[in-house]
Amino acid sequence: MSGPSTYQPQSRFLQWLEKRLPIGGLIHSSFVTYPTPRNLNYWWTFGGILSFMLGVQIITGIVLAMHYTPHVDMAFNSVEGIMRDVNYGWLLRYVHANGASMFFLAAYIHMFRGMYYGSYKEPREVLWILGVILLLLMIATGFMGYVLVWGQMSFWAATVITNLFSAIPGVGEAIVTWLWGGYAVGNPTLNRFYSLHYLLPFVIAGVVVLHVWALHVVGQNNPAGIEPRSGKDTVPFTPYATVKDSFMLACFCIVFAWFVFYVPNFLGHADNYIPANPAVTPSEIVPEWYYLPFYAILRSIPNKLLGVIALFSSIAILAFLPWLDTSRVRSARYRPLYRQFFWLFVIASVGLGWLGSKPPEGIYVIISRIFTFYYFAYFLIILPLLGIFEKTRPLPNSISESVLGEMGPRGA
Amino acid sequence: MKRAILALTVLGATVAVAAPASAQLSEQVPPPRQSWSFAGPFGRYDEAQLQRGFKIYKEVCSNCHSMNLLSFRNLADAGGPGFSEAQVEALAATYKIKDLDDSGQPTERAGRPADRFPAPFPNEAAAKAANGGTAPPDMSTLAKARTYQRGFPWFIFDIFTQYQEQGPDYIHAILTGYKEAPKGFPLPPNGHYNEYFPGHAIAMPPPLQDGQVTFDDGAPNKLNDEARDVAAFLMWAAEPHLVQRKRVGFQVMIFLIVFAGLLYFTKKKVWHEVEKPRELAHGQDPAKTSI
Repeated sequence: MSGPSTYQPQSRFLQWLEKRLPIGGLIHSSFVTYPTPRNLNYWWTFGGILSFMLGVQIITGIVLAMHYTPHVDMAFNSVEGIMRDVNYGWLLRYVHANGASMFFLAAYIHMFRGMYYGSYKEPREVLWILGVILLLLMIATGFMGYVLVWGQMSFWAATVITNLFSAIPGVGEAIVTWLWGGYAVGNPTLNRFYSLHYLLPFVIAGVVVLHVWALHVVGQNNPAGIEPRSGKDTVPFTPYATVKDSFMLACFCIVFAWFVFYVPNFLGHADNYIPANPAVTPSEIVPEWYYLPFYAILRSIPNKLLGVIALFSSIAILAFLPWLDTSRVRSARYRPLYRQFFWLFVIASVGLGWLGSKPPEGIYVIISRIFTFYYFAYFLIILPLLGIFEKTRPLPNSISESVLGEMGPRGA
Repeated sequence: MKRAILALTVLGATVAVAAPASAQLSEQVPPPRQSWSFAGPFGRYDEAQLQRGFKIYKEVCSNCHSMNLLSFRNLADAGGPGFSEAQVEALAATYKIKDLDDSGQPTERAGRPADRFPAPFPNEAAAKAANGGTAPPDMSTLAKARTYQRGFPWFIFDIFTQYQEQGPDYIHAILTGYKEAPKGFPLPPNGHYNEYFPGHAIAMPPPLQDGQVTFDDGAPNKLNDEARDVAAFLMWAAEPHLVQRKRVGFQVMIFLIVFAGLLYFTKKKVWHEVEKPRELAHGQDPAKTSI
């Protein structure tokens, strides 16, 4: 996708195929000769990790679907049947459940990296927006997957989250009834969630293709935040990026395997091992950890409608980031003030995650409000103004100069 | 490499900080930690303990609690209580199972290993009516469905220490936690005071006493021993493949660590060409250096 292909098929069959469908050349130019900036650090390996996780989730999910029964009377027991009676069913299910967490973990790191190095800036706006769409799709898919287990937390999370739409004035109740397919969360709800949970990962895969396409058109950003100027600034994707991504992927899999094999229920909730019971409300309804920051934003606002608006805005606002950040310098390396506000933003986001798991009372509400205010102020006040007032450090002339500069007497 | 380690540390910490502390009602007394044979990366169930636990379940718990997801045959599964198939067949035959005969009429027959454990009550309403309005919970997943709040920062350490036995600890604590209610405690009718139950008023009367169940292997049968044995049994009932999971996990870990190590050195070798300027910057001749 970057210039005419230099691909020379070796075998006669591939030469024959290349004249008819140049798929070999496409793969070659996208994943072999594709030039990547030579200064990419390990934070750039999470894109590959995310593709891997999507594959893991789709493969384990398809096999799990062969054994799962989407019916309110049988769903919980069919999941337990997978855990008990399907060969290596416990492995499939724990990989899939913890895989969702690892997927979100990698996505959040990937996003924070993009924010730190200004990867969303011109000409990568569309690439970034496609990423925000992917996040939205992941949130929807993860939520519906969690409901399929049909434990207590599944049922009550479904009830709470779908009820958010009832805050819409006038048509809210009608929308909720339409979402449920009835007057309460029940069998029609479970069935449609199952259908959509199977559909959305393929939509995600499609948007990932667009995301990678957009990436290969504009090229990767890099820690220096300047475009490659010559061949000295880049290295071919294979073997350089391939082997670096593979190493980090293996390290990531160690963390993943630790959760799957040693603490598989750590990230889950004990109440979800109790079958769904519409007559008994759990003492506390807590979403999965990856939704907690958004949940905290929702609860920090006393008005239900405004809370729901804040919840959706907190994700939607990301799509406007390329235009909210007015600075022309991309990388936080050369933006001393931005860097501090960025780390405060990380603290606020992780802090909101912790607060989302706490009861909405007392000091927790106050801190949630401060963090929520900062979350939005970061996008709407700090970033637009910072671009005007911040005195940035001088940019290096080229990527290779920045690499050499790092290796000077000051050390890397 | 330093960066990779840093990245992994941050990664772990992010999961840890963002992870929810499992919620339970406030003012819950944390159960005392027990030592379990199935804890840790090499944990295994103790067959004799599971057999004793099963005896307690059979003689005491099963009078009120169902265990719908388990079959008799599970008792002979690998990594479980280690009963022989002949023992399981003989045991199953002592149960009466409701079935239909060839003409479609309800009948009772002797149990077979493939049968599920029969429930003590025909339905939930009957279970409620016989137990003062509260149906005893099914025991199939009970040990994973009960926990207590660990709180910050302990829940982060639990990732690394692999503390996953909150359920059995809690069950053991409940079974041994019955006490006289403190003066002035508003105990509802049919309620029993239990130190470790959230809110302290539990509907279940104290199910076990010292010496209530006599074990075939002559193991001690004080209340504390019985509570431990039955909690271990319930953990197996909830997670029957735990032993296999930890064994496979160790193999996977060995593979991944070796594989990551090989990839690290491959990466170093491949990138050496690109990183030669590093030597230049330090006044060395790149051609004369090696990784």
